[in-house]
Amino acid sequence: MATTRMILGAIKKRSFWHSLSSSRHGSTLVVAEHESGAVKPHSLSAVTAAASLGGGNDKSSVSVLLAGSGPSLHQAASHAASSHPSVSQVLVADSERFKSPLAEPWAKLVHLVQQQGSYIHIIAASNSFGKNIMPRAAALLDVSPITDVTGISDSHTFVRPIYAGNALCTVRYMGSNPCILTIRSTSFAVPQKSNNSKAEASISQVDLSNFDEDLNKSRYISQTSQDDERPDLGNARVVITGGRALKNSENFKLIENLAKKLGGAVGATRAAVDAGFVPNDLQVGQTGKIVAPELYMAFGVSGAIQHLAGMRDSKVIVAVNNDADAPIFQVADYGLVGDLFEVIPELLEKLPEKK
Amino acid sequence: MKIMVAIKRVIDYAVKIRVKPDKTGVVTQNVKMSMNPFCEIALEEALRIRESGLASEVVAVTMGPSQCLDTLRTGLAMGADRGIHVESTSALHPLHVAKILRNLVEIEKPSLIILGKQAIDDDCNQTGQMVAGLLNWPQGTFASKVVLDKEKKEVTVDREVDDGIETVQLNLPAVITTDLRLNQPRYATLPNIMKAKSKPIKKFTPQELNVEIKPDLEIVEVTEPPKRKAGVMVSSVDELIHKLKNEAKVI
Repeated sequence: MATTRMILGAIKKRSFWHSLSSSRHGSTLVVAEHESGAVKPHSLSAVTAAASLGGGNDKSSVSVLLAGSGPSLHQAASHAASSHPSVSQVLVADSERFKSPLAEPWAKLVHLVQQQGSYIHIIAASNSFGKNIMPRAAALLDVSPITDVTGISDSHTFVRPIYAGNALCTVRYMGSNPCILTIRSTSFAVPQKSNNSKAEASISQVDLSNFDEDLNKSRYISQTSQDDERPDLGNARVVITGGRALKNSENFKLIENLAKKLGGAVGATRAAVDAGFVPNDLQVGQTGKIVAPELYMAFGVSGAIQHLAGMRDSKVIVAVNNDADAPIFQVADYGLVGDLFEVIPELLEKLPEKK
Repeated sequence: MKIMVAIKRVIDYAVKIRVKPDKTGVVTQNVKMSMNPFCEIALEEALRIRESGLASEVVAVTMGPSQCLDTLRTGLAMGADRGIHVESTSALHPLHVAKILRNLVEIEKPSLIILGKQAIDDDCNQTGQMVAGLLNWPQGTFASKVVLDKEKKEVTVDREVDDGIETVQLNLPAVITTDLRLNQPRYATLPNIMKAKSKPIKKFTPQELNVEIKPDLEIVEVTEPPKRKAGVMVSSVDELIHKLKNEAKVI
């Protein structure tokens, strides 16, 4: 009798695993954003993070979820399908409901897709979209999300910064599926596209027939448009930041000119934004943008803990400040005590033209 | 209309934190604690809404051990009408806080919940979104401006997002989380600190609110971030350019 039970048990187990692997493509779902027909760079970082969850074996294939409507959505789906060798499936939720990044319909969408796909992990970038939506989705799924992850130790153990990055916390997820993460895109570099053409992933439509129609509790009104000329602060190779010492928005042109000369993006401290010199989307810091460029140059920036939180992972940090005791000099690789109103023009004059 | 504000006691933002040698956490013994700056902003916004005549009562809620009462008293001194202390000595993750808030909502029935967007200790930025999800209320996170229309029962929120400012309009009841530029919080004046001593504080435990504190996260360790190599001071722009080109090779 014991033998029969053992055999039955073994058969059950095998069919369980078999049905598990055939019922869905991937074990990880990436909730991605798209723009102008392509998957956004932050979301590609999320795909990179997703791919690393399986420890490099093929079993951890990735499904990418895109939503919105129109031809650019379908172009983005094609882009997603060939974006990374680990992507085995692209799910497209085509509906006007998802055109704007409102949390309420998006969190419901993630909930619905999870019910259909039973993913082990759900990942998004921890940009303002991911931060807004993923915790809400986690609540709907009754799990604790782990946000702003900078390192993956194993499939359920993650590292994230706390106390403005002055400490790192390693956290293990012990709950049931799904394990929901948002990742810091600066910690997950998107690999250079290799030339090997791989089979494109399948693209399928999300079945929205059971999508609960919410009674329009939230409405998207407007969005200030970003200057498309400037390189994106989040992934620029060079960032030039100005602090309150710039004194007014007119003077910020110095920062902009230097950024242009070096092909970089413009950043600002909270003080400079509060004073109205520049708009909020330039703020670098604990509660602004996190950047990790090759070169970060800070002019007239004192180096408060909260600002450092946003740029301490930059490869090379340069600081220019009149005050030799400014805390920024403790993190700078190269520090120059001087007047930025003299140093910047001199730099503009002497720097080689960007090739 | 009633507004509920959740406030958290954290290590003061100006303190240089130290990681414990046993890596179990951060040193909190003899360290200055304060109300989370984002929570101060949340409470300030609630008070302004009440002062403009659009709300009748502001209830401040805090959760944690008995020391949290200090923070609650500060909230009452700033102007909250009543306080609620949910007493717990276990670590409370955002999911637990959200569940407790959701169950408090059934008792208090506020039309608006305002929270800080993140606590400066764990930097989670999750609780407001989770409460909104559990309640199925719309959410306006990272708010830099809040305009309430009591008649239309809706609130228009400007949000600080990656590309600039996004404006959304939400039906009440709703959840708002506050960003830094929403307002400048007031200081509690001495007369108000005295008045606060007699404002009522209701006590609950998570069990009384039907919330089981069953953590699905475990802290493995807390460590210091990798230290940067010490830098050098340069004495001229020429030297700087030379080093950036030849040493660092970034230009």
